[in-house]
Amino acid sequence: MSATSLREGRSDPAAHSISLVLNGQPRQLDVLPWTTVLDLLREQLDLTGSKKGCDHGQCGACTVLLDGKRVNACLTLAVMLDGRDLTTIEGLANGDQLHPLQEAFVRHDAFQCGYCTPGQICSAVGLAREGRAQSRDEISELMSGNLCRCGAYNNILDAIEEALPATRGEGGA
Amino acid sequence: MNPFAYSKPAAVNEALRLAGPNARFIAGGTNLLDLMKENVTRPERLIDINGLPLRGIDATASGGLRIGALVSNADLAWDARIEQRYPLLAQAILAGASPQLRNMASTGGNLLQRTRCYYFYDAGVPCNKREPGSGCPAKDGLNRIHAILGASDDCVAVNPSDMCVALAALEAVVIVAGPQGERRIDFADFHRLPGDTPERDNVLADDELILAVELPAEGFAAHSRYLKIRDRASYAFALVSVAAALELDGGIIRAARLALGGVAHKPWRRQEAEEVLIGKPASDETFALAADLLLEGARPLAHNGFKIELARRAVVRALGDAAHSIQHQGGRP
Repeated sequence: MSATSLREGRSDPAAHSISLVLNGQPRQLDVLPWTTVLDLLREQLDLTGSKKGCDHGQCGACTVLLDGKRVNACLTLAVMLDGRDLTTIEGLANGDQLHPLQEAFVRHDAFQCGYCTPGQICSAVGLAREGRAQSRDEISELMSGNLCRCGAYNNILDAIEEALPATRGEGGA
Repeated sequence: MNPFAYSKPAAVNEALRLAGPNARFIAGGTNLLDLMKENVTRPERLIDINGLPLRGIDATASGGLRIGALVSNADLAWDARIEQRYPLLAQAILAGASPQLRNMASTGGNLLQRTRCYYFYDAGVPCNKREPGSGCPAKDGLNRIHAILGASDDCVAVNPSDMCVALAALEAVVIVAGPQGERRIDFADFHRLPGDTPERDNVLADDELILAVELPAEGFAAHSRYLKIRDRASYAFALVSVAAALELDGGIIRAARLALGGVAHKPWRRQEAEEVLIGKPASDETFALAADLLLEGARPLAHNGFKIELARRAVVRALGDAAHSIQHQGGRP
């Protein structure tokens, strides 16, 4: 997939102009129809917090918040972002003040290699906003779209379980 | 992913005008973009239908609900009317995919999900569904996840949807628009068996668009159960799933619906299996009769013979859970 051709400017006739709010800032971008949101973020906008794990919607490492709802950036086309609000892991903290879920992940050592962490945290923010998970089992079930190959699940669950009351319904995005 | 043109029409008529054999409608895109990345599907144009007014869940004159094609799987499963009146459907949806995918995937798109047969997904090998006439490596290959019912010499793939199994049991109706206007398709007639044209999953024409799915008034809310058996506790396709719904009167079965997922090219129902339950007590002995009738004619491949007994037991268990109103979130055992 070629996502880099637009770095040079607006020369490609296949490009579409889109307007969106990205991490709180209004942005106008030119994107090719076959560019995914994940490639737009990582290759064109240098927002590399969202990770490419499987690129097929199976691992959750690319999870972002679209209009406040968690989605897989690898299975969303950038051209379909027009008029929408996108929050990535880079947009969760308020300056140096981490989002409560980020703080909880640090406090509970909820990672080993860290590659799945941005997706886990964005997914947990979406989970909190949905307001459906009450028990630890429900958190586990509703976080099943985020894999951790290091197996840090116990600490991830600890972090989310602790932070949920502070973030429920607010979503942080 | 191959280069393609992109359009976003604002009206159904405009969307239909752009449709054709080399174009694909895109709503959530969760399955389509995956297939495009694997070079299984190479459309010349994507028609983004997210600008169409198909997001409502509205009451119908006959007391049911009309679900717009663009309602997301998550919004549908968590709609209060669906949770209360059609818990079978809510359970089935929550048993499928992940929360992220359910936020993206649409109602219409779920009906059009393509099989997860490994050979269909691998553009480097033959597949009659992907390239008609090229052959079927699954028939004599790795076929643990494949069909035990309704398969053909040309194709042994199964439909992967959970939602569709519940919609089959609830006898939903699919409403589609085409150049000649709208038509209504009974859910049982929407998906098809592979026969010698496995490239066609359903009866929708290239220039037709799903507008809505209609649920009848009867939702079997008091006694229904979606049971999904899979290799992992969550986020895996069904090896076997059962949508079971009963209407009981003092322990005697007055009405029954039964559909199997993960076993055929479409949700599997059989009138005889439902009729045998009517007028009988809700007991495991009765349920076993229905299971045997539903599985009649099942034929194992080299690696999926276990599915026959698994399905039989899952049917008995799902009917028992339905009778005793045992509910589980997300179809978990």
